[in-house]
Amino acid sequence: MSVIYILISVSLVIAVVFFTFFIIAVRSGQFDDAYTPSIRMLFDSHKSTKKNKPKSTTKE
Amino acid sequence: MTGESCFHCGNPCDSNPIRYNDKFFCCQGCKVVYDILQDNDLTTYYELSSSPGKRPDTAQTNFNYLDNKEIFEKLLDFQDESTSIITLYIPHIHCSSCIWVLENLHQLAPAVSATQVNFPKKELQVTFRHNELSLRALVELLARIGYEPYISLDDEQKKPVSINRTLWLKMGVAGFAFGNIMMLSFPEYFESDEYWLNQYTPLFRMLIFLTSLPVVFYAANDYIISAYKGLRKSILNIDVPIVLGIFVLFFKSTYEVFIKNEPGYFDSLAGFVFFLLLGRIFQQRTYQFLSFERDYKSYFPLAVTRILDNEQEESVLIKELKKNDRILIRHQELIPVDAVLSKGVGLIDYSFVTGESIPVSKMIGDKVYAGGKQVGGAVELVVVKTVSQSYLSQLWNNDVFKKDKVSDIKNLTDAISKRFTMIVLAIAFLAGIFWYFKDSTMVATVVTSVLIVACPCALALSAPFALGNMLRIYGRRKMYLKSAEVVENLAHIDTVIFDKTGTLTTQETEIYYEGKPMTPAELNGVKGLLHSSNHPLSRMLYTYLDTSKVDSIDEFEEVLGSGLQGRWKGVNIRLGSASFVGVEPTGSLKTQLYVAINNQVKGCYTFQSEYRKNLKDTFNALAKNYRIGVLSGDNEGSLGYLKTILPKETAFVFNQKPEDKLNYIKELQEKGLKVLMIGDGLNDAGALAQSDVGFAMAENVNVFSPASDGIIDAESFQKIPAMLNQAKRTLRIVKISFVLSLAYNLIGMGFALTGNLSPIVSAILMPLSSISIVIFVTLATYWIARKP
Repeated sequence: MSVIYILISVSLVIAVVFFTFFIIAVRSGQFDDAYTPSIRMLFDSHKSTKKNKPKSTTKE
Repeated sequence: MTGESCFHCGNPCDSNPIRYNDKFFCCQGCKVVYDILQDNDLTTYYELSSSPGKRPDTAQTNFNYLDNKEIFEKLLDFQDESTSIITLYIPHIHCSSCIWVLENLHQLAPAVSATQVNFPKKELQVTFRHNELSLRALVELLARIGYEPYISLDDEQKKPVSINRTLWLKMGVAGFAFGNIMMLSFPEYFESDEYWLNQYTPLFRMLIFLTSLPVVFYAANDYIISAYKGLRKSILNIDVPIVLGIFVLFFKSTYEVFIKNEPGYFDSLAGFVFFLLLGRIFQQRTYQFLSFERDYKSYFPLAVTRILDNEQEESVLIKELKKNDRILIRHQELIPVDAVLSKGVGLIDYSFVTGESIPVSKMIGDKVYAGGKQVGGAVELVVVKTVSQSYLSQLWNNDVFKKDKVSDIKNLTDAISKRFTMIVLAIAFLAGIFWYFKDSTMVATVVTSVLIVACPCALALSAPFALGNMLRIYGRRKMYLKSAEVVENLAHIDTVIFDKTGTLTTQETEIYYEGKPMTPAELNGVKGLLHSSNHPLSRMLYTYLDTSKVDSIDEFEEVLGSGLQGRWKGVNIRLGSASFVGVEPTGSLKTQLYVAINNQVKGCYTFQSEYRKNLKDTFNALAKNYRIGVLSGDNEGSLGYLKTILPKETAFVFNQKPEDKLNYIKELQEKGLKVLMIGDGLNDAGALAQSDVGFAMAENVNVFSPASDGIIDAESFQKIPAMLNQAKRTLRIVKISFVLSLAYNLIGMGFALTGNLSPIVSAILMPLSSISIVIFVTLATYWIARKP
């Protein structure tokens, strides 16, 4: 019978955890610029690793 | 012509493009940028979008002043012993390639440890080690690859970065509460008789009550504060009935839950606040990359080169300039103060100020006003007035700039809410009296129910969504308004005033020839003479003349400030001002170049700004419904022509100083007219601020335009009449949706007056009315936007 208390408290804790994440996200500025990150995630990152190659041979 | 376009910048290449690595480049500059990027393994730049680059300016901006430690520290966001962080505004940021290359800047400069682009604001934040890389070197590197930051006098005082995020938090709180309260109310909705659910009802209700507390006292506090402020000024704004509704909902529900053991209306309450905040967020979204608050400071450079007595040069902050200081202005630099020309030949482009793109010549001893840009070689000036006392900046001392724009156009929502509140209170009072005699136990129930259903949720939402959606539609048509209220103000406009130069004219220059016709051979000679000159007028005329070949000229001589001369096929050839070729000056204020061959005057070339293509149609469309006028700082030289093409009702006012323009608008307003001013230059800033709605016209919205209520891309010039009509229709939609939401209130009132407003009815009626109103205004605004 008292299992309902556990269930309610679990559901509330989950809700509050997500709510906290939301607050952290807003505070850290994730809602300030909603556009740039959507483009940034599409960039390949492999190129930035090879820096010590002075003159790359012509491509194509 | 090869028809090739530049691999770097996308501009068409001229007759002999540079071929390099199987790619075409329009100029050395573009090729150099490509080279830099290729050497550093950054060619992905060209893969992300095609021709993303910008042709680098041939005239390098001088960034020497960034070495000045005082200036450097003023620009920084943050600094410790080894690292500095700076945010730079870069107008060229426009595509994903830009983001990519700027965020890989560390490959070009190892001293850069991190870069981050904010695309909507066109800003780049750079973290770098200032011991290894100076700010000047960083900025010059950016300029070299085509991303020159814009640094102006405005950057001198870094505004504290305060981004208001509370609205998001409040919406989050209200949304969280709304969802959870609805979930916890499920047993109530279904009126289940199950024993175990009923047993926990008090617990659920307690949780609901606790969840609703932050909604009332945090999420809704803006409304409470606004209603309180309104009441203190004895204004019944829309927030008064809203807050009344919120409080009644909250206290009645609390009473029901704790005393009467009934479910209460907390779900309606949370949903109500959530929708209101949603409307506010929708209305608040604007164009971050545009600034609507600029004054002359955004145009003026931060520092200028001062010449010391021992002929040494130093960079000095503009506000430290004193009278009689000598300053050096190079090619393409802006003159920040009123001064007198003391060395060199001034050729000054006042397009920032007046919109006139043809440069004006100045001789030694002439007075030069602040705001012009030198386009010839370097000149030396002697300061006459400090920056704050200059002719142009004086304009900003006018009271108009001190206060926030108070338009006397009344907000429609507030106007309605006043009557609305009165009526609601009257109904609640009468209903209370009626029920007191009929069944006195019902009085409290009925009165509170009336106040609850009268809560103008739909009413409060219709204007934000209709105006906000219109704002977005305008934005897609390259008409960027500052806020949704501007749409409402626009609907009341009855007078439209235009600036002439730069607003009715384009940046393009038109050249026409008057006089004796010249033979093709003579034209070859003229072109030959022009070939050797770097004067902007010579360059313009050189491109304009279409000749078979360019003759060579002997004994070429450029007389500064007067003209060109040389020997062509044995005869003397001259090109220049009237007195230079030996003609009596006509006193014409147009920009003219006379031609004389063998001491015989042939004729003259006149330079004038070209008028916009749709000028006539646009004015005719406006003349039907509005008073129109042209307000110009120019002389009356073009009046005759304008009169022939513009409708006869148009009022023309010329020779207006910036202050006069402001006063002219003021006079119109005193006659009770609602004025829309459309201008472009800094000299219109006063008139723009004074008008009920002021729009700045811009050839390129990323280039600076004066403070205004909206920025209109020049290519949307002919859409202005449609825009005004649509604003009117938008307001009509808002009114219709008011009627609709009042109908919802009446239905609710029916339940309330009979004492039948159960929580479930309220929980259904409230969101239903809000959502249907939002859908209605959104669809309706899209529909009217399709009509001209």
